[in-house]
Amino acid sequence: MVRVLKLELRGITKRFGSLLANDHIDVVVEPGQIHCLLGENGAGKSTLMNVLYGLYEPSEGEILIDDKPVSFRGPGDAMAAGIGMVHQHFMLVPVFTVAENVALGAETTKAGGFLNLEDTRQKIRQISDRYGFDVDPDALVEDLPVGVQQRVEIIKALVRDARVLILDEPTAVLTPQETDELLDIMRQLKSSGTSIVFISHKLREVKAVSDTITVIRRGKVVGSADPGDSTTALASMMVGRAVSLTLDKAPANPKEKTFQVKDLTVIAPNGQHTVDGISFEIARGEILAVAGVQGNGQTELTEAILGLQERVQGSIQLDNVELVGRSVKDVLNAGVGFVPEDRSVDGLIGTFSIAENLVLDRYDQPPFAKGISMSPAKVQENAKSRIDEFDVRTTSGLLAAGTLSGGNQQKVVMARELSRPLRLFIASQPTRGVDVGSIEFLHKRIVAERDQGTPVMIISTELDEVMELADRIAVLYKGKLVGIVPAGTGRDVLGLMMAGISPDDAASADRTGSAAADSRGTSSAEGGDHA
Amino acid sequence: MPEERHPKHADQHAKPHRTTPAADETAAEVAVDTAGGAMSPSAVPASAQSGQLPGGPDTLVRKIFTGSGVVSVLAVLLALVLGGLLIAATDQRVSATAGYLFARPTDFLSAVWDAATRSYVALFQGSVFNPRGASLAVRFAPLMDTLTIATPLITAGLGVALAFRAGLFNIGAQGQIIIAGILAAWVGFALHLPLVLHLLLVLVAGIVGGALWGGLVGLLKARTGAHEVILTIMFNYIALYFLRYLLNTPAFQRPGESNPISPILDPTAIYPQIFGSQYRLHLGFVLAIAATILVWWLLNRSTVGFEFRAVGANPKAALTAGINVSRSTILVMAIAGALAGMSGVAQVAGTEKVLTDGVAATYGFDAITVALLGRSTPWGTFAAGLLFGAFRAGAVQMQIQTGTPIDIVLVVQSLIVLFIAAPPLVRAVFGLNPRRKKPAKAGKTPQAATTGGAA
Repeated sequence: MVRVLKLELRGITKRFGSLLANDHIDVVVEPGQIHCLLGENGAGKSTLMNVLYGLYEPSEGEILIDDKPVSFRGPGDAMAAGIGMVHQHFMLVPVFTVAENVALGAETTKAGGFLNLEDTRQKIRQISDRYGFDVDPDALVEDLPVGVQQRVEIIKALVRDARVLILDEPTAVLTPQETDELLDIMRQLKSSGTSIVFISHKLREVKAVSDTITVIRRGKVVGSADPGDSTTALASMMVGRAVSLTLDKAPANPKEKTFQVKDLTVIAPNGQHTVDGISFEIARGEILAVAGVQGNGQTELTEAILGLQERVQGSIQLDNVELVGRSVKDVLNAGVGFVPEDRSVDGLIGTFSIAENLVLDRYDQPPFAKGISMSPAKVQENAKSRIDEFDVRTTSGLLAAGTLSGGNQQKVVMARELSRPLRLFIASQPTRGVDVGSIEFLHKRIVAERDQGTPVMIISTELDEVMELADRIAVLYKGKLVGIVPAGTGRDVLGLMMAGISPDDAASADRTGSAAADSRGTSSAEGGDHA
Repeated sequence: MPEERHPKHADQHAKPHRTTPAADETAAEVAVDTAGGAMSPSAVPASAQSGQLPGGPDTLVRKIFTGSGVVSVLAVLLALVLGGLLIAATDQRVSATAGYLFARPTDFLSAVWDAATRSYVALFQGSVFNPRGASLAVRFAPLMDTLTIATPLITAGLGVALAFRAGLFNIGAQGQIIIAGILAAWVGFALHLPLVLHLLLVLVAGIVGGALWGGLVGLLKARTGAHEVILTIMFNYIALYFLRYLLNTPAFQRPGESNPISPILDPTAIYPQIFGSQYRLHLGFVLAIAATILVWWLLNRSTVGFEFRAVGANPKAALTAGINVSRSTILVMAIAGALAGMSGVAQVAGTEKVLTDGVAATYGFDAITVALLGRSTPWGTFAAGLLFGAFRAGAVQMQIQTGTPIDIVLVVQSLIVLFIAAPPLVRAVFGLNPRRKKPAKAGKTPQAATTGGAA
């Protein structure tokens, strides 16, 4: 019974001061289509959608629904007009149940003012059954995996009768499997008549589900594209110049193994072994990529190496020096460069200037400090050269790091860590939330560090990235090392290993069951395209 | 901090209308993020993205303590205006003229104006400059009094501000002043030493006492995770009752006196008066200026201050960058205690010259307000300390001259805090909230009510 709806944005312009975030953007979302907005981080996609959702008021331009101009004075108006939005950061109350979250803002009461959740529960079950969401209305949201929480957000929109669903970077927080499931859900929604505006910069996903693609660059529509266009063509359009998606990488030239981890176990405060008896080595001039679904011990592994974990057993040796039991400062001074997985939490201080962030782990060393006296001039000088070298898009090193876009923030962290002589480089999710143009650059820097003879360890949940960078691939599952396989191991084998199946079994299962794997989702089908 | 740095500038920007306060805040942030258009469009401010502003935990308390100085100034103005109205409301002539308000409103208005201005003029004369003084020296006596009273406020305020910049809410200046006062006073009256040495030892004893009392809190927090607010409040009680106990022991009680009051400090242990004996102003004020400079340098030019600020802004990132957060916590609390300790010394060796259980008065608590008003910056705290010193010094004169009760000054102080805690309110009153433009295309014109709070 879903009424289809045509949505048109005409000449939408949004200024923040003199900053033009959206410049006369025209977009038409035809009924029952998946319309993708493709663009780099900071291109203005989210701003545009916030305008559409009534969060921002356009400086110019108008929104038309079924060819009639409308004006939204807040998300409430947008919702009433049939527009639903799933934000990148979920707007859920963690301690509420699914039903309570869905009802929130539109609660109905029984006689006596008691909350009536039965209707909501029923609606949730209906939607859940119809699209195969598998969501229990009485589950607490905080107990649900991220992928399911996202479905709750989608349900929230559908319960409010959304006919156009805006998904803002929905796959940024998902594992590859969850991503595939989401893409399936999107297709189902489309077939039942819901239009979807899909905001993304991930080409593989965009190509997999979109009907129409609008490419936005620096606040302007630069054109439409066809999902059948090649990945390279789409990427070039998005970035505005030719980009090479495949990394030019010479074969590794591994030398002596200077980094050794032996029987490493990390015990969480609750007694759980988050890292369980892991042993591996990394040679100088080699990249070991650690793959795995998020939450399988990767974070704890890197934290243990850096000295941030309390209860660590086993041994971590760099250049024959034991690192277990040392302070973070000692480990950094031993020549470990570390890019944490969540840069805004662990890697940067948002209110500090870019220049200060660029010396965050060396502020007390010459030339930046003499004794306890710091030299702002030297800090600033360093910032200038790092900003140039890493092409950080900013006008001044004195601006707060928090004002930079995600990709530029990551460049700041990388610039800091790569600008001193290293004996080991660890990068966790080095390109998460980073646009295509920057990914290319950051990958090149990582390979350059390897070629200088540094052992490099990359932790990534993005299989594409693992396969692109790795000389060897280690797969973690529930804190245990499933195995270490050479680069060039197939996507499906790695996928099975990420589910805990040993390399040998995975390889044979893949040979016998490749047909089954193909039908599983887009990851295998699109994998070849990307490589 | 950034959202209010250019309130006038933000004024010119289009703003989403009728959105949530959070979205409002974000939009204001965006407006300033662009640094007046200095930033290139490629770097769309992070806050314009769908996510939250990256960066450390941005708690409300943090925002209040480190907000814009403009809001501070406006808050003071607003509080003075409201205080003036309050003074007028209790004035006899105002109530008399109110009886025939509609017959002759000018009488009423001029009475209101008179009442308020007379009180404030008296406040000014009692705190800065008294033109009716017989000699130049007497005319400036009020200013000297202001500076004297401001001295302990400044140093203790610096302690609170410094701790706050490291992410710690130091409520314990009161206790730190008391412990410092006990030690400094004891060295001052129990030991008999040569001229310079004695005073130096008094100062060191006070500073060490404050540092220990503060550092202990830091140590407990770092080692056990106990919250510093609860710790410092409890330490205040411990210090106060310990002081009362001591004042009833022979070691501290003045011989032949049954009141809880210590012997007078030796003349060698007293801060010299800067401008001669006619003014109370003593060396402590010079030390307070020195402390302000020192704290400024520490925060902005030293590795220690870098660590403090890093820990305060984002402890997780600080930890990952190899900064020893526990050590920073202990150190910053010790330094904060040392600064409050200077206030204790200023009290016993400068202003009071004896130790009583009122040695800290309410300086330790006022110091929190001073740091708040000064936005936790060293010079802001210094200025706020002077202002509060002026209030206290002038209040007496105001009561004598106009009969306005001293308590009105406390009301004004409280109003200042209230307004600082609610920047949007202050901006609304002064019309500094970014204007809400009408929709570009014909939509419903926003009702006046949607500009909420402007009235």
